[in-house]
Parts: sequence; C-alpha cells; structure tokens
Amino acid sequence: MTPAAAAPLRWHHARVTAVAARTPRVVSVFLDHAVERHDAGQHLDVRLTAPDGYQAQRSYSIASAPGVHPLELAIERLADGEVSAYFHDVAQAGDSIEVRGPIGGHFIWRPEDGGPLLLVAGGSGVAPLMAMLRLRAVAARDLPALLVYSARTWDEVIFRDELLEMEMRDPALRIVVATTRGAPVRSGDLGRRVDGEALAAVLAVWGHAPRHAYVCGANAFVEAMTQALVRQGMLPARIRAERYGGVA
Amino acid sequence: MTTRGFAGRRPTRDAAARLPPGQYETHDFPVLSLGPTPAVDLATWAFTLRDGPRPLARWSWSEFEALPRTTWRGDIHCVTKWSKFGTEWEGVTVDDVFAAAGVSPPTSYLLAQSYDDYDTNVPVTDLVGGRAMIATRFAGAPLAAEHGGPARLLVPHLYFWKSAKWLRGLRFTARDEAGFWELRGYHLYGDPWREQRYTNDP
Repeated sequence: MTPAAAAPLRWHHARVTAVAARTPRVVSVFLDHAVERHDAGQHLDVRLTAPDGYQAQRSYSIASAPGVHPLELAIERLADGEVSAYFHDVAQAGDSIEVRGPIGGHFIWRPEDGGPLLLVAGGSGVAPLMAMLRLRAVAARDLPALLVYSARTWDEVIFRDELLEMEMRDPALRIVVATTRGAPVRSGDLGRRVDGEALAAVLAVWGHAPRHAYVCGANAFVEAMTQALVRQGMLPARIRAERYGGVA
Repeated sequence: MTTRGFAGRRPTRDAAARLPPGQYETHDFPVLSLGPTPAVDLATWAFTLRDGPRPLARWSWSEFEALPRTTWRGDIHCVTKWSKFGTEWEGVTVDDVFAAAGVSPPTSYLLAQSYDDYDTNVPVTDLVGGRAMIATRFAGAPLAAEHGGPARLLVPHLYFWKSAKWLRGLRFTARDEAGFWELRGYHLYGDPWREQRYTNDP
C-alpha cells in the first residue's frame, strides 16, 4: 500500500460482451476487461467519448467476484442520466468503452478479513456487496453472513434469483429483503423501510455479532443504518460505508 | 476512441470553463464518508495544532468561534466526479489560525486529523495565503454533521477528500506523509485541474 510503489492506473479498452436487464431500472453490463484483478467492493471508472471528443466519466461498483470473467457492472438508470442512459439505451455486445481501475482500498472485503459478515444494501447499492457474496460463496462458504437488502418492490431486487438460490444452498447465509412499496414475499422478509429498530430485530434473529459491516446505498439510508449499527454497539471502525449521491 | 452511439450532454459554455477534466456539475450536495458520521459534541470539541506529537495551540469551540472569520465563495470538486459551483463557506482561515497561535509553520507538510480517525496530507503552501480555512458554516448556516460539522477543513483548489470533515487538528509532519485515502489508491496531492485522482496520476 505504499503509494510510490504503485504504477498509475491507465485507461484500457474494454469490450462489452452483453447487456442484460436485471430489473426494470437496472442493467448488468458485462465487460471483457483488461484491468487488474479487483477486490470485492472496488469500483471501476468508465469513460465515454463523443465524436467531437467530448468525454463523460462515471464510477460503477463491480458486482462480479474477483477473477471472474466477464466483469459485471450493475447500472441503474438515473433520471436525466447521461452515462446511465447510454448503457440502458445504446450499449450492446461488441461495443467498446474505456475503463480505469480497479479503485478503492477501504470498502473492500477479503476472505481473510473473516466474519460474521453483515451486508446492508439499499437499491443498486447491492452491487459491491454482490461481489462480496459471490466471493464468499467460493472462498469462505462457512462464514456466517447476512444480507439485509432494501428495495422498492420485489421486482426491483437486483440479482434476486441468484441471491435466493445462493441462500437456499448455503446454511450460513441469511438474506432479508425489505420492500418499501410492497408486501413481504417470504417469511422473515419485511414489508417496510428498514429503520434502526427493524435492523436490530433482524440482527437479533440472525444471532451473530457482526465483525464487519458494509453498508451501501443512498446517503439517508446509509446514514440511518450506520448510526443504528453504532447504537447496537459495533465499533465505528468496523462499519464501512459507501454512499451514492443519487446523481446522474 | 469514439464510443459508438454516445452523444453526451454538453455543459453550458460557462459550466465547461469551470469544470476540471472528467468532472460534471451537480446541483445537490452529495455526501461521501467512509463510515458512520461521528457524534461530535461542541462542549468537548477542541481544535489542536501540533508539531508532530507536540501540541502548539489548542482552542475550545467558543475560543475558536472568537477567531477572525472569513467568507469564501467558489466551486468545489469531488474525486467521484461531481463539482458543485458557487458554494459559500464561512470559517477561520489557516493563516488566522497560525497567527492566533503565534507560530510560523515548522515544516512544509501537515496532516489534517479528524474525529473519526480519518486523516489527509496537505502541503502547508496550499493552506496559507488565503487558500484554505477551517469552515464552520455553509450557505449561512452551521455546517451539518453529514457535511463535516461542526468544523471541516476547506481546501477548495484540491479534490474534496483533502477537505477533511469533523476536523480536530492539524499536525505538522517532517515529510509528506500519506493520509487515509492516499494510502488506499488516491493521489498524494490531488489537483483536480491536472486530474490527479489516483495514485501516481501524473
């Protein structure tokens, strides 16, 4: 981690291998990438160039597990989005974009960091947590893990089928889905916004004291969840947050 | 390399001139913090100037509030690519802090230190000459906790991670010591106009 020892991150061409709808508002963009192996939780910078040379850059969390090809980004269509609209409306297999990364040395989880592992997602904030769950499934399967995932509706649960299958096959993994605009679908799910009380109740049922917590989503959600975890007695240094500004 | 089918949305001419490379304008004020927002109590808040481990001067909240105050208006740039134009901050310039302490900088570098154990390195020359302040008010109101209140560093000519939230002190260092993000992939200096986002960007 000595800055002087690291080479600068260069822009690389990456070929889009597929664009797949995940939910009505989220697509997964798969990239045949040329960047270094990432850590679960890191993000990638993406750069698009118009014919006159105008460029736009954004950062997206990587949802695929480290070392897995193709690399996956889950991109939500934002109101008035410039770059997200390109991925939703234009990008297709065979296109080429530029990427730089992977980036970020704090919101990352490695198997040797251990657990129990608490992941709390709001909406598209599940993307970097998905990379952690996919990594855990192959590298730390017995590690107790809980994903608390708040989405508007059951149909807006990104990676839903994969998550449910992952949980079914894995006794150490528990997933609680909270739908803010719809009734709970499974027993143990919540049909309302997760607040501090609800999170405390879910943790009590889970029965583990989390060693690490990763919280990702819109700022108000992250603020509420991280404060609730502090009140639950977690050390602030063990609570890592990634906040989405909700901008295009 | 042109991206097939990408037209993009151009900023206005005025905005384009104010945007460093790779940035876009936002009208809200996104919050980016690495963990929970720490609870900082004004009754126990203190701001300490240190040379290495040695305290040079220390202010309580009321003492700090009594220092000369300055207002700064301008644009801020976050490494996550948003820029916000025309922000207004009020606080105490670093020049006035040094003057009140009666110190001239003993070294050329320092680490800004926060209540959540965050730190970030800034050369002293980037903090003096009216280029930086310890801000306690934003847009005419006390600085909200999620934006770094009660007090944060404001170094608007560098990427905003250098403007440490929940500031508790400045510590002079003998050499340029990397801080939290600088040890985790981000640039040691962070000039947005040279797009120094990540480690060793030229």
